[in-house]
Amino acid sequence: MNPSPWSEHNLTAEEYSKIIALMGREPNHLELALFGVMWSEHCGYKNSKAQLKKFPTQGPQVLQGPGENAGVVDLGGNLACAFKMESHNHPSAIEPYQGAATGVGGIIRDIFAMGARPIASLNSLRFGDIEQSRTRHLLHGVVAGIGGYGNCIGIPTVGGEVFFHPSFHGNPLVNAMCLGILKSDRIFRGQAAGIDNIVMLVGARTGRDGIKGASFASEELSDSDPDKRPNVQVGDPFMEKLLLEATLEILEKNLVVGLQDLGAAGLTSSGAEMAGRAGNGLYMDLEKVPLREEGLTPWEMMLSESQERMLLVVEPDKAESVRQVFAKWDLLAADIGRVTDDGNFTLRLHGEIVAQVSASYLTDEVPVYIREQKEPAYYLKNKKADLSAVNKCGDLTKLLKALLASPNLCRKAWVYEQYDHMVGLNTVIRPGGDAAVLRLPESVKGLALSVDCNSRFVYLDPYLGGALAVAEAALNVAAVGARPLAITNCLNFGNPENPEIYWQFVQATDGLAEAAEILETPVTGGNVSFYNEYDGRAIFPTPTVGMVGLLENLADRLTVDFKDFGDLIYLLGHSFEELGASEAHYFLTERDEGPVPRVNLPFIKSLCRFLEKAAKSKLLKSAHDVADGGLAVALAESAMAGDKGISAEWSGPLTAGAALFGESSGRVIVSLEEKYQKRFLELLNDFSVPAVLLGRVTGRDISIKYNDRAISAPLLEIKKAWTEALAALAAF
Amino acid sequence: MTCKAAVIVFPGSNCDRDCVRSFEAVTGLKANLVWHKETSLPNYDFIILPGGFSYGDYLRCGAIARFSPVLSEVKRLADRGRYILGICNGFQILTEARLLPGALLRNHGLKYLCRDVYLRVETSQSPFTSSYKNGQIIRLPISHGEGSYSLNPRELNTLNDQDRVVFRYASAGGTVGETSSPNGSQESIAGIINRERNVLGLMPHPERLAEADLGGLDGRPLFESVLAALGGQA
Repeated sequence: MNPSPWSEHNLTAEEYSKIIALMGREPNHLELALFGVMWSEHCGYKNSKAQLKKFPTQGPQVLQGPGENAGVVDLGGNLACAFKMESHNHPSAIEPYQGAATGVGGIIRDIFAMGARPIASLNSLRFGDIEQSRTRHLLHGVVAGIGGYGNCIGIPTVGGEVFFHPSFHGNPLVNAMCLGILKSDRIFRGQAAGIDNIVMLVGARTGRDGIKGASFASEELSDSDPDKRPNVQVGDPFMEKLLLEATLEILEKNLVVGLQDLGAAGLTSSGAEMAGRAGNGLYMDLEKVPLREEGLTPWEMMLSESQERMLLVVEPDKAESVRQVFAKWDLLAADIGRVTDDGNFTLRLHGEIVAQVSASYLTDEVPVYIREQKEPAYYLKNKKADLSAVNKCGDLTKLLKALLASPNLCRKAWVYEQYDHMVGLNTVIRPGGDAAVLRLPESVKGLALSVDCNSRFVYLDPYLGGALAVAEAALNVAAVGARPLAITNCLNFGNPENPEIYWQFVQATDGLAEAAEILETPVTGGNVSFYNEYDGRAIFPTPTVGMVGLLENLADRLTVDFKDFGDLIYLLGHSFEELGASEAHYFLTERDEGPVPRVNLPFIKSLCRFLEKAAKSKLLKSAHDVADGGLAVALAESAMAGDKGISAEWSGPLTAGAALFGESSGRVIVSLEEKYQKRFLELLNDFSVPAVLLGRVTGRDISIKYNDRAISAPLLEIKKAWTEALAALAAF
Repeated sequence: MTCKAAVIVFPGSNCDRDCVRSFEAVTGLKANLVWHKETSLPNYDFIILPGGFSYGDYLRCGAIARFSPVLSEVKRLADRGRYILGICNGFQILTEARLLPGALLRNHGLKYLCRDVYLRVETSQSPFTSSYKNGQIIRLPISHGEGSYSLNPRELNTLNDQDRVVFRYASAGGTVGETSSPNGSQESIAGIINRERNVLGLMPHPERLAEADLGGLDGRPLFESVLAALGGQA
């Protein structure tokens, strides 16, 4: 007898004792395995639950908050959108194509499980140094995997972000977000309601792939990881396309009581969670599970993470109709069990009970840990940095050109052109702007979507970094004229058992919560990914924020590109002497240091409301959030997007480095026709938004003068460098 | 008038609803989605094989779809002069079914590519392009991983001699050359028609740029041409 049976299931001795206390007996091997996956961080959120409770989750717009397959917000007129983001970091580190592909597949299932037709995907990616061939291998694989899945199933990938930094070496981040549209009064939930209703497993057969993926996600990575390839699931987007269409068809026909996708921990989590939510029990007859190969043990069946499967709860008199729909799509629909009133999650094999655990033990009794926290030594040390490098740089024109051709600031078309971003005919603003904009069916409204996080900010100051991630996402959505509505998040951190990592986690989520509260963008769901470490080194903490915004009228949308010669260019917001944590400073010194830019959340909110109003009043021709790289980069981006030069000249109290390359938060550049200047200035005044007139759209050059420093370059030349950089950097 | 349009739905089609939406927006007429297991389409004058990944296309694109029950009916209707349009995966299926010559190979860059491209309309002498001008430069999106058109030299000559190359990839300025094809297609071919001029296949997606909100209108004339050919008014 194994002296410590819990260790095989990644449980602790204390957790094992708790299980015995709950059950009043020793669990058998299979039962212990159920606890192992359900009480893993990935499924049970044992290290994060206490902290997640701090997120604001309520608001008049919220129709479904955290706890379901996805959050749902109201868009008015009986329209709603379901959206959520999830990580697939560890599988992507081991097998980038399949890891990323199944990440996309999983989040899509979460969306149609709510009864929504998925209409857009986004992603947030982090990789190590692009000079390393390992990084390029991961980059090619992840991008191809995301495209391979999304393109085939026919859901456009409309936006995202990519960031390279050595801290992500060996442990890339792949966060996938999906959003779908549904009628507000037709939200489906993952509940096993109705005693004696049939439990049906539909879609793909169950195989041995991805067994214990949830536990694997809750461990650190190391050099021996190629051995874990069998832990990675394999995706079949064609199967998922059939599953999507069949599922939406049975929902349309009102044939289902509740449903849930099979993601992490497969049949175990879907069954236990559906029973748990309804306060019921259910049993499964495991010999009825359609298998890909003979001879799977109950343990393998329950822990398999074979993709493209859903669990349905169906009233007996509708079961035949459900089977017919699935047959039309050439899919399996197997009755594998019934809903019961005993509260137990029961597994039987040929009539014999092989495991029986109260569903609530698996879902509600997950231990909650509040870990020890310790402020890391680097935190105060890095604040005191010599930030003179940018100002000492002799040639700011050269610096701007080099920055625009650097991995983090160059054009990302090499990535998003591998994604079908138009299928569905809803993409009104394509990737490359501040936020993607989608039109909505039978409506003049539009949706704005953005994913954001500055990992360096979060590392250097987790509290501010968490708040800035929300602020940045809100401004991106506001910059297209939309009102920020709600967020999902994906919290990527190292090992929470390390007090310094746990401190990062608490600080960052506290900052995120405060910003979400003030900006009135509740958190409707998300995912936590801990143990993102490679050979003992943690990633930069990255709480990615996925923001949804509503455009009341699509005709009011704004884009980043400068439109017409002669238009005035203004900088909105407050600029400070803030070169700390900037991309330019890192570019010149390869040092992550300095104070993170301050954030004034009430001001960010005013700025968002101003942009919404200005867009509605048709005062602006363009708007572009000032972010990574600072003002000079933002000006160049708007100029390159519109193929129009600029001439800007102004003066101020800051150093030229900070004015041009500092990353003070809450700033936007806008352009407008001169005849609207007066109304524009009045509106700025109404919202107490400060503005500086920088210059005009003119000519074929980027010409920027600040105090006694100048940047001047032909637009065509820098656009070429900006456009071609990534393909060259990514080449083997 | 009676224009009855059908959009075939293979199990992995994903531009099927887009084609219906776009066709209806341009022509004001209705189009029906038709499941690929149908074997009789008696009343349709215009049939679209839409883009997507029929059967997942894990094998060669369109290689399995050509065996779909509906394909023999599509062939029969093609023989009877009905208008057949294959877009992207639909074009791949038409070549696999030998309704059009040639094959679509992997893009020469070996990457999937989704972006707007410029096309030169090589002939307005077809029911699909009569509303364009000869030599007109238009902008349409491509979205494919296997769009590199390939054909043996003899048949290629025939295509050219019979004025059957309908679209070529071009630069924004309208020149067609070695570098104007985004995928390595022979002679920058983006779309071709059969000898009877009633079956068109093209890789770019006209349905994606037929409404102003989506950023362009260059796909509209294609549907307007079909409408006119069928005796309707655009």
